[in-house]
Amino acid sequence: MKKIDLANSSIRELNQALHAQQASLTEKEWSVANPKGEHNIAVGLDADLHVDIHGHAGYFCAGMNKTASVTVHGNAGQGLAENMMSGVVRVKGDASQAAGATAQGGLLVIEGNAGARCGISMKGVDIVVKGSVGHMSCFMGQSGSLVVCGDAGEALGDSLYEVHIYVKGEVKSLGADCIQKEMRPEHLEELSGLLAKAGVDEDPAAFKRYGSARQLYTFKVDNASAY
Amino acid sequence: MSNDSNYNASLKESATFDRATMAEIRRAADTGIYDIRGFGAKRKVPHFDDLLFLGASMSRYPLEGYRETCNTSVVLGDLFAKNPIKLDIPVTIAGMSFGALSANAKEALGRGASIAGTSTTTGDGGMTPEERGQSKKLVYQYLPSRYGMNPDDLRKADAIEVVLGQGAKPGGGGMLLGQKITDRVAKMRNLPKGIDQRSACRHPDWTGPDDLAIKIQELREITDWQVPIYIKVGATRTYYDVKLAVKAGADVIVVDGMQGGTAATQDVFIEHVGIPTMAAIPQAVQALQEMGMHRKVQLIVSGGIRNGADVAKCMALGADAVAIGTAALVALGCNDPKWEEDYQKIGSAAGFYDDYQEGKDPAGISTQDPELMKRLDPIAAGNRLANYLRVLTLEAQTLARACGKNDLRNLEPEDLVALNVEAAAMARVPLAGTTWIPGQQY
Repeated sequence: MKKIDLANSSIRELNQALHAQQASLTEKEWSVANPKGEHNIAVGLDADLHVDIHGHAGYFCAGMNKTASVTVHGNAGQGLAENMMSGVVRVKGDASQAAGATAQGGLLVIEGNAGARCGISMKGVDIVVKGSVGHMSCFMGQSGSLVVCGDAGEALGDSLYEVHIYVKGEVKSLGADCIQKEMRPEHLEELSGLLAKAGVDEDPAAFKRYGSARQLYTFKVDNASAY
Repeated sequence: MSNDSNYNASLKESATFDRATMAEIRRAADTGIYDIRGFGAKRKVPHFDDLLFLGASMSRYPLEGYRETCNTSVVLGDLFAKNPIKLDIPVTIAGMSFGALSANAKEALGRGASIAGTSTTTGDGGMTPEERGQSKKLVYQYLPSRYGMNPDDLRKADAIEVVLGQGAKPGGGGMLLGQKITDRVAKMRNLPKGIDQRSACRHPDWTGPDDLAIKIQELREITDWQVPIYIKVGATRTYYDVKLAVKAGADVIVVDGMQGGTAATQDVFIEHVGIPTMAAIPQAVQALQEMGMHRKVQLIVSGGIRNGADVAKCMALGADAVAIGTAALVALGCNDPKWEEDYQKIGSAAGFYDDYQEGKDPAGISTQDPELMKRLDPIAAGNRLANYLRVLTLEAQTLARACGKNDLRNLEPEDLVALNVEAAAMARVPLAGTTWIPGQQY
C-alpha cells in the first residue's frame, strides 16, 4: 500500500501520483492521511485504484472519477464525485451540497446525510444515501437512480427528467413535475439491487418511488405558472 | 419609404408602435408564448463603426503596407498552463454547440480555423470527433448543463473555457428545442429524444467567485495543469466580473457583448440584456490594468465582430484577441441568397433568417436534418471560413501599419477617436477633433 501524508505532500503531488497509475498500474492500494478538508483530493482518477482518505475532504473530492474506488473516512465537502463516470465513491460521514452533481455513471454511497441538491443534474449515476438529503435534491436530474433511506427536503426532483427516485422516509415537498409513482416489481428489483450494491440493509418494500410526470418536457403555455 | 408599395404620404407610422411592434403584439396574442429565435441583438447599438483610426502622418510614422511585417500571432494562457495556446492570428471561433449546429458545420469551423492557424470552440453539447479531428486547436467549453462532459474529452482539449454566460443572454441558460434533438444529439446529452432542452443558467456544483477558484483548481488538477483555463462572461458588470475572474485564477478572460449570437433564446432576452461590446472592453482592460494583469491574463472579446476594422479596434482598446460566431456562420453560408427560395418557403428571407431553433436552416448549418445538412460541404465551407479569417487579419494589419504598429497588439486607444458622444463615452476615446472623453477629467 502506498501512503501519502498531506501534511507533507501537496494535492498536486497526490493527484499526479494517482494519475501516473493510469499509464502503468504499479500500486492499487492508496492511503491518504491528514486531508484536513483540502479541496480536489483524488480528482480525475482513471485506473483500478483503491484510495482511502482518512479524515475530512473538501470540495470536489473524487471529481470526474473513472474506474477507481475512493472512500472518505470522514465527511466530504461540496460537489463530492461531481461528474463521476464510473467506479465507486463512498463517504462514511456526511456529504455537503451538490454531491454527485452531473455524474454519469458508477455508484456513490453516502453513509451519513447529504446536503442540498444531492444528485443535481445527474446523468446516469446511482446514488444511495443512508441518511437524509437536503432541498432541491435531484434538480434537473436526467438519468440514473437516487435512493434515500432517510427523509428528503423541499422540492425533491424539481424539473426532473428520467431519474428513478426512491425515498423511505418523509418527503417535505415535491418539485415541479415530480410525482409519486407506482412501485412495480421491476422497481423493487432495481432498488434491491442498488441497496445490495451499496451494502445497505433496508427493506425495499418500505420505500416509495418518485419520478417525472413529463408534463414540462415541451413548452406548453398552459404550464406557464410552473416556469 | 420610397420603395414601399403601400407608401402614402398622408399616412404616419408611429415610432413607438411601428409595424414590427404591432406584428409582435399580434404574434403574442395569437400564441401566448414569447418569441424564441437565434442570432444576436438586431437593434442598433453603439458599435465599432462609431470609431475611427488616426493614421500616421507628421507626428507618427507609418509602416510600409507590403514590405514591413506586422505580427498577428498571440499566445493565450501562459500564466499558469504548461501548454499555452499559440495562434497565428488573433481571431478565434467562438463556442457553438453540436446540436445547435450540424456536424458538418462544426467540422467546417474546425477546418477553416485550422487552415487559418486559430482555435475553435465546442459548445453546450460536448465534443464531437468531427470537430476534434479537424481542429488543430480546440477549446472545450465547461457549461452549467455539463451535457456530454467527460474527463477524457477534457484531457483532449487544448484549453478549457468555463462558461458563466454569453452576450446574447447573460443570466440565461441554453435552449435547444425538441425539433433538433435527434438520436445522436439526445445520446450525447443523455436526455430523451425530441424533448425541449432548457439548460441550466448556473453551474450545479459551485456558486460565486470563491467556489469558482476551487473549481478551476479542480480542472487544472484533472488536466495536470497542462492547458489554459478561460472564463467566459456575458458583458454586463464587466469591470467587476473581470476582477473576480482574475482572482478566481483564469488564464484568459472572454467577454462577449450583447451583439453576440445564440442558437435559441427569447427575443426579449437577446434585445434587452447586456451591454454593447464596445462598452465592455474598456471596463475589462481597466480591471486588468488595476490588477497589474493586462497582457498577463489575456482578454478575448466577442460580439458583433464583422471585419478587420472591428478586430483592430478591439485590439486598440486592449483586447489580445477576438472571437467570431455569427460572422463565421455567414462565411460558411448562413443566410446566403442562393437559398432565397427556401428561406421564403419557411416565412423568412436571405439576410433575415434567425429561426435557428427550428432546425430548418436551408443552408444546412443550424439544423440536424440529414438532407439539409448535406447542403453544407465541410471542406468547401471550411475554405470559405479560412479565406474570411485571412481577410480579417489582412484588414487589421493594414490599419495597424497605417498607425505605425508592427504588431496588432501595439495598437492602443490613443490611435482611436469617436464619431459621436456615445461611442466616445463607452470606448473612452476622444470625440473626433477634440480632446474630450465624456466622463473623464482632463
